Amino acid sequence: MTDAALSVSAAPDARSSLPVRALRAVASRLVIIVPYAWLLVFFLIPFVIVFKISLSQTAIAMPPYTPVLGFGEGIGGFWSQLKELSFENYLWLTDDPLYFNAYLSSVWIAGISTILALAVGYPIAYGMARAPTALRPTLLMLVILPFWTSFLIRVYAWIGILKPEGLLNQLLLSTGIIHQPLVILNTHTAIFIGIVYSYLPFMILPLYSSLEKMDYSLIEAAQDLGCPPTSAFWKITFPLSLPGVIAGCMLVFIPAVGEFVIPDLLGGSQTLMIGRTLWNEFFANRDWPVSSAVAVILLLLLIVPIMIFQSAQARAQEQSK
Amino acid sequence: MKSLGSIRRSFAPWNDPSAKPYISFENVTKVFGDFTAVDNLSLAIYEKEFFALLGGSGSGKSTLLRMLAGFDNPTSGRIMLDGQDLRGIPPYRRPLNMMFQSYALFPHMTVEANVGFGLKQEGMPKADIDARVAEMLKLVKLEQFAKRKPHQLSGGQRQRVALARSVAKRPKVLLLDEPLGALDKKLREETQFELMDLQQSLGLTFVVVTHDQEEAMTMADRIAILDKGQLMQVATPAEIYEAPASRFVANFVGNVNMFEGTVASRDAGIARVTGASGAEIVVDNAGDAAAGNAIAFAVRPEKIKVSSKRPEGAVNAMEGEVYDLAYLGDMTVYRVRLADGQVIQASALNSSRASDDPLTWHDRAWISFQPDAGIVLTR
Amino acid sequence: MNPTWSRFNITSVVLGFAFLYLPIVLLIIFSFNESKLVTVWGGFSTKWYGSLFRNQGLMDAAWVTLRVGVISASVATVFGTLAALALTRYTRFRGRVLFSGMVFAPLVMPEVITGLSLLLLFVAVGLDRGFLTVTLAHITFTMCFVAVVVQARLMSFDRSLEEAAMDLGAPPVKTFFQVTLPVIAPAIVSGWMLAFTLSLDDLVIASFASGPGATTLPMKIYSQVRLGVTPEINAACTLMIAVVAVGVIAASIVNKRREFQRQRDEQAAQRG
Repeated sequence: MTDAALSVSAAPDARSSLPVRALRAVASRLVIIVPYAWLLVFFLIPFVIVFKISLSQTAIAMPPYTPVLGFGEGIGGFWSQLKELSFENYLWLTDDPLYFNAYLSSVWIAGISTILALAVGYPIAYGMARAPTALRPTLLMLVILPFWTSFLIRVYAWIGILKPEGLLNQLLLSTGIIHQPLVILNTHTAIFIGIVYSYLPFMILPLYSSLEKMDYSLIEAAQDLGCPPTSAFWKITFPLSLPGVIAGCMLVFIPAVGEFVIPDLLGGSQTLMIGRTLWNEFFANRDWPVSSAVAVILLLLLIVPIMIFQSAQARAQEQSK
Repeated sequence: MKSLGSIRRSFAPWNDPSAKPYISFENVTKVFGDFTAVDNLSLAIYEKEFFALLGGSGSGKSTLLRMLAGFDNPTSGRIMLDGQDLRGIPPYRRPLNMMFQSYALFPHMTVEANVGFGLKQEGMPKADIDARVAEMLKLVKLEQFAKRKPHQLSGGQRQRVALARSVAKRPKVLLLDEPLGALDKKLREETQFELMDLQQSLGLTFVVVTHDQEEAMTMADRIAILDKGQLMQVATPAEIYEAPASRFVANFVGNVNMFEGTVASRDAGIARVTGASGAEIVVDNAGDAAAGNAIAFAVRPEKIKVSSKRPEGAVNAMEGEVYDLAYLGDMTVYRVRLADGQVIQASALNSSRASDDPLTWHDRAWISFQPDAGIVLTR
Repeated sequence: MNPTWSRFNITSVVLGFAFLYLPIVLLIIFSFNESKLVTVWGGFSTKWYGSLFRNQGLMDAAWVTLRVGVISASVATVFGTLAALALTRYTRFRGRVLFSGMVFAPLVMPEVITGLSLLLLFVAVGLDRGFLTVTLAHITFTMCFVAVVVQARLMSFDRSLEEAAMDLGAPPVKTFFQVTLPVIAPAIVSGWMLAFTLSLDDLVIASFASGPGATTLPMKIYSQVRLGVTPEINAACTLMIAVVAVGVIAASIVNKRREFQRQRDEQAAQRG
């Protein structure tokens, strides 16, 4: 509604000469131009390149693909190149069940992990939101703190715990609960544990913020109207925390689908997850076109959850106004 | 029209045809998207006047102030200050300062630095800045708080820092946006008088935006009443109260009873008005209302008498039932329901400790008023 | 009325924090293990820390990581702040939707995609992979986090502060540097810290964007971890945790004391 600090400099200024005004207008536009240009060059153009290379053919060279779609030979050349476009990499992806299975199992693993993280995170967030007001900032900091320590280290820490001669098995064996070491490392269970552990703060934070700002007198009103506590939770608390649930689930699910470190370190060589497949195609097989095609499809796969997340965020912002 | 009293009767440049306005809005319109905040408004403010812009939210009063300060530009029309067109002059080059509703004290600067901020922008030498800051802090009685940060001050103290900061540059005009809005009632009353003293002693022109009619009535020389971006009336507080220009103004300031009707006959200033239920009233000062015109006769509650019998020789008297009454100590407010269903509010000063004509709920009662007790409104 | 903190609530919070912290605590404990077998306790020793400092490869990687982190966090803070300003202060400009999309997308983008796409860009323009390319990559993905943090602060920024400064005679640029910047400074600082931590932490993007001679610490740790768990890596991890924890805890204590002081001042002001 108002012109302020930076934008005012673009407003007509009776006492400045025209060139000075023009210079100021440009200076104020730099605020937009600099980050915009940076993101165009380092975020958008790279995607265009990924897409372009996904349509090219593999070659034994450096870079290991035959370039396509250049304007070097003019528009005519561009059209003739268009005919040479190869969708072979995408066909390859559909032909080889490996890729399809990798996508499927990524979504499946990420989905299960998200549900587990919700089941683990909700009681924690709920407990935090109910904690004495003075204690809440500290609890909040304790949730955020692990996020500041290296992701890699946190995943690594679980190897020592989960492996056959690891700490968990030692504990269980010594207490006599089990007699044979459990095989957890290099299984899906280990991946679930790793994802839930690593992404738990992302689940707790949005849940906490939606639970914390909830007016407790709503529960009291429900109980006053004859609703027992458990039923009040399901009828009042949970529905009101849904924006937090959606945001938390998306914040876990989206990165988990493309996760590389966790399946690589905890899942063993048998685990199929798409992030890992992409990595292997790229680093081990040096097949840049195929890994680009994998990336394009992964992105398409994530567009829907990303949109859900964005609209949930927008709604949350609307509500807080 | 009879002359109406004002606190500063001698100061009335607006009645002097030779006086030149100091600030003038000339056919100013401000449109935000599809919302017209200010609609073709013209207004003149004189030097050293304490001028209040009074209106509800969305009335356009704040937009007028912000256009004067330079934060918004008029869509059309122009704003003149001391003969100079303000168009295109950015806020930092206008010789007026503003006190913000939120005070807008810089949280990272001490009280001293806040007050001296404007002087520093002028390039004033440091010694002079220090002297002026000390003077200003003395003026608002905050000398011992110079080194504090805004968050270390109470609400009232913050308000005074904001005031000191906005007058430190000795602006020609001080704009005040709801200056007392954030204070509690007691502090607000005290501060009203402090602001009036300050305006007198500094000889500044004050333009204050407020939604609080009491505040405007207390402090201002003249009040402009705004509604939906249009000027409803500009007048002294007494005129606004006693001679509102329209039904809107009469309702907006204070309580009022409206007797709606049609002028049946006119005889010089006197008019006979027939109400919807057939009751007739006689009114004085009928202005330009001609026979057949629909008018309202607006009477303030304190100008209506309530009694258990019809008063002897009363020109306008109506019978009804006491529907509600509230004893407020200094006065009693009666609500009397007339035969046609209209509820009339009347207030009686409790000038003696016991009334000799006590009325209570459901009593039959008469209300009466003089032909000149109210004002004829055609708008 | 405040809700009661039931036993169920307390239990879930305690168990939750145990789950979050136990692995880290165990990792730290076993970094002081005498035995080479990481999971069998063989007595207290700090010998792995000694061997860590003699491990030239790890030390070099740490130095690279630190430099990449400081440079990229600093540049990202400038760009991210500009982006936040552009998003909050300019409600209408051509391509704003694309711009805000590009600012928020990297937050949820799988790292493998970001890494791969940046690598392909560097190859396409013929930029040799190394220190420069990792830094560029880190600037790109961390600036978006800075933008989000600074934008949140700018949204709650009281614009009348800027109006007051201009009303008192400060032109726009001066207003920005004397009022806006100091007021949002805490958000900019936390934006920098976030960017620095993310850069320090990143394995995937660095693996794509980096080349010979610019191996970062996470890359080094990753390559050793793949060969198995060693006490030396535990020691390295413990040191990294210690650095971050000391920084974060110190910052929060400073914050808390300031907050406490502020509250006391405010109470005193109300009384006085």
